Amino acid sequence: MSARTHIVRALALGLAAAAGAVAANSADVARSSPGPHASVEHGRYLVRAGDCQSCHTAAGGAPFAGGRAVPTPFGTIYSTNITPDRDTGIGSWSADDFYRAMHEGIARDGHHLYPAFPYPWFTRISRDDVRDIKAYLDTRPAVRQPDRAPELPWPLSIRGAMAVWNGMYLHEGTYRYDPRQSAAWNRGAYLVRGLGHCSACHGDKNFAGAVDQDHPLEGGFAENMYAPALTGGKRDGLGQWSEQDIVDYLGRGRNAITTAGGAMAEVVEQSTQYLSEADRRAIAVYLKSLPAPKDHQVASLDDDTMKRGAALYLDNCEGCHMRGGSGQPGAFPALKNNSAVQAAEPDTLITAILQGDRVPATQADQTALAMPAFADRLDNQEIAQLTSYIRNAWGNHAGGVDAGDVGAIRKKLRKSNH
Amino acid sequence: MAKRLPPVDVVLVGFGWTAAIIAQELTEAGVQVLALERGEFRDTVPDFATDTIQDELRYAVRKQIFESPERETLTFRNSADQTALPMRHLGSFMPAAGVGGAGVHWNGQCWRFLPSDFEIRSQVEQRYGSKFIPEGMNLQDWGVTYDELEPHYDRFEYLCGVSGKAGNLAGTKQPGGNPFEGPRKHDYPLPPLKRSASTTLFDKAAREAGFDPFPCPAANASKPYRNPLGVQMGQCTYCGFCEWFGCGNYSKASPQTTILPVLLKKDNFSFRTRCNVTRVNTDGRGKQATGVTYVDIDGNEFEQPAGMVVLCAFAQHNVHLLLLSKIGTPYDPQSGQGVVGRNYAYQITSSVDVFQKEILNPFMGAGALGQGVDNFNGENFDHGPLGFIGGGYIALWNTGGRPILQHQLPKNAPKWGSGWKRAMHDNYLTSTSIATHGSVMSYRNNYLDLDPTWRDDYGNPLLRLTFDFQPNEHRMSDYLTEQATKIARAIPGATHHAKKREGHYSIVPYQTTHNTGGAAMGADPRTSVVNRYLQSWDVPNLWVMGASVFPQNAGYNPTGTVGALTFWAAEAMKRYLKNPGPLVTT
Repeated sequence: MSARTHIVRALALGLAAAAGAVAANSADVARSSPGPHASVEHGRYLVRAGDCQSCHTAAGGAPFAGGRAVPTPFGTIYSTNITPDRDTGIGSWSADDFYRAMHEGIARDGHHLYPAFPYPWFTRISRDDVRDIKAYLDTRPAVRQPDRAPELPWPLSIRGAMAVWNGMYLHEGTYRYDPRQSAAWNRGAYLVRGLGHCSACHGDKNFAGAVDQDHPLEGGFAENMYAPALTGGKRDGLGQWSEQDIVDYLGRGRNAITTAGGAMAEVVEQSTQYLSEADRRAIAVYLKSLPAPKDHQVASLDDDTMKRGAALYLDNCEGCHMRGGSGQPGAFPALKNNSAVQAAEPDTLITAILQGDRVPATQADQTALAMPAFADRLDNQEIAQLTSYIRNAWGNHAGGVDAGDVGAIRKKLRKSNH
Repeated sequence: MAKRLPPVDVVLVGFGWTAAIIAQELTEAGVQVLALERGEFRDTVPDFATDTIQDELRYAVRKQIFESPERETLTFRNSADQTALPMRHLGSFMPAAGVGGAGVHWNGQCWRFLPSDFEIRSQVEQRYGSKFIPEGMNLQDWGVTYDELEPHYDRFEYLCGVSGKAGNLAGTKQPGGNPFEGPRKHDYPLPPLKRSASTTLFDKAAREAGFDPFPCPAANASKPYRNPLGVQMGQCTYCGFCEWFGCGNYSKASPQTTILPVLLKKDNFSFRTRCNVTRVNTDGRGKQATGVTYVDIDGNEFEQPAGMVVLCAFAQHNVHLLLLSKIGTPYDPQSGQGVVGRNYAYQITSSVDVFQKEILNPFMGAGALGQGVDNFNGENFDHGPLGFIGGGYIALWNTGGRPILQHQLPKNAPKWGSGWKRAMHDNYLTSTSIATHGSVMSYRNNYLDLDPTWRDDYGNPLLRLTFDFQPNEHRMSDYLTEQATKIARAIPGATHHAKKREGHYSIVPYQTTHNTGGAAMGADPRTSVVNRYLQSWDVPNLWVMGASVFPQNAGYNPTGTVGALTFWAAEAMKRYLKNPGPLVTT
């Protein structure tokens, strides 16, 4: 699993958390009649919405027992055991201990957690939702599995350093309801900015790995991919998406414009498809309210690149993505007018061509339709021409790519796959 | 010493079409199912990826995705007075090994049999009298009717996303479809594939010849499709690499593209590859199956206990397993008694190559892209003056234009050198071929048994096939070829070359992978191995799927009927699981 995957997962986790927070914050998102197990059931919804299990479960390991390697630009961090085991899990944690971890990134014994655990987002989750998350986790089978120490260089290896980081970048505090906005907007904002931690991937990160809080959803690198902007840009954002497009994307991993791929496919599979329709719509309402950033100017491509790219497209892509990049609605994504294709950075597209990709398998659409890898078939120059063409054909417009860009990504992928 | 494994509710032998359907149906009913597959796991990506699959030499010539006769084969002879020898290369037919079975490499020609096919003996006797049936022909009704199977055909067609045009909706003839087909409740889930130049040519010529052409039913998706399980298929790209290839575009129906995405996620389903089942085990009295014995790729032997056993291997392999396991009475051609191995049948094919002027671009094809004529199939025409039983369809299949094996050359063209090259150059784009696809009946002298001499890797006797074409089949096939020639003559400016099927059956040249029988279904345990629900007469917790249950073969590709029978049997199995015991008593 790539770091990107983890980031995206974290993002999804944030979404789920946000869902919970709304319930707590605003009387108009009241929960249905609270039966005896209401808080556990609600906690399960939030845990799934937050995709906690993905990060807190090692490959082939017991659910929630931790131990999964989360690669970061600074080193590898291992997720922790959040089963109710008293010694190695969080079985002995009080509700307040858990709330402090979620809100301040501080463990029960007082040590600082690393923000690979998305507490900078989770801090916005309401106390009631945090309580329900814990109530659900407490029902999971306890697994005795000690946490593994992170592999980080000095001075990051000193957990106290995170106090400094928190001082600079953590904006602690639960979500504050904005009375000028609709209930749905507030619910969406709560999900996106809290439990969903969307900007962990879709936001630009500074040298310290902290997301730019002024422009949190304008696209960002997440491992080998570039998570596109979720703001209102017409080409590379959600400007041409309808609310329903967003609802479909989160629920089915597909819509009329594109399909989820890469790490986002996993997020849809494991998390967002289980969000209620109302919550998916709330997210859509919130995202659609985000303004478009300034369009960056890109140079037009020369005719020769376009001609070569078109020939490569015909030979390699047209069978599924069809003439004119129209895709096959319901099966393979259109490339024309596709915001991920025209993202500010081409890394996602190049990565998909090099190592293949797949759409998520969801309850509604069971097939993880896959694209084969072209790394062995096309060289860097060809992939550069092809990517440049796809980003600028059929009315698309985005920056061109050169063989060096492709070579760098190829090298990075080779490294992270070993 | 076989290692004994923890028991399962149901074990399936093989993991192709029938196993995938049974597994999906029974796991829905809450049963724990295990499939044992001798081959490898395979999936669209990476195994059939579009950037590697279109390799004719590797797959069609070197037969990469078929079963390998070095590991599994049979012995063959034309008649009981000959000594059978092992088939050392695949030729006449191409069984698969691997998950998905032959459902991976079929063309997708997905037909329903005619209502008359299932009641052939009754209909022939009624229409022509019992004396019309030649001596030595084991003509049998199936014990199930078309009307009973209709909903199950429907389920298979909607599972597969079959492209076609109904010819008979609930008894009302539909223009543009096959006027001879049995009544269907629903139209096909997808419209017909786009016509090619050659199928358009055929359509016109067949009309001029006075026949009723229609688009052949194709399990190649003409449009993106989501089946009732929520599994998706992409639109066919007409790449021309269907038969003998896996599909890289999710366009050809296979277990992988229609069932596995749902099935493989289930907690109550599992499968193991590289496991060759060598025996069905029974209790001391031979009245109850207790599981199976299999050998893995390293030669380790395992006993897998199970509450129910379903044979889902390729047709003759099911029969082989029954014989090795001593379940049911083996057929004895001398006395005509016994049933296991009886009713082996095949199909008889011929073609008429057509050379004309128009550019046809044959490479733009799909496995089941065809225009057909059904005027001479089953009981669609009067056999009385013709003196034979059975029939078949005539079709122009534009499956593709692969350079090595898919081309036609005039009869007098040189076989090699520059003359051959010139003939290829002159004819590749403008030639085509009309196929006939004829039924083969079952005969007393065509059968499967255990070979007395040759043994396989595990020390078990090989299956022995004794088979030849009979005069009835030659007469029928010659008649079909004549009708096909009439169509060829109606193509403007065309010359043609009719290739009749002559003489004895040969196992060497490729004909069709439509081997049937050996474990016939029926109403009478004296002439069938399984009852009308495909449940063994002798061992009620043993079931046999696939074309091995056909009492004789019809004039259509069998997969549609195999699919329908599997859904039909699955319904019966669900009743059986609630109340175990024979579903038919005698």
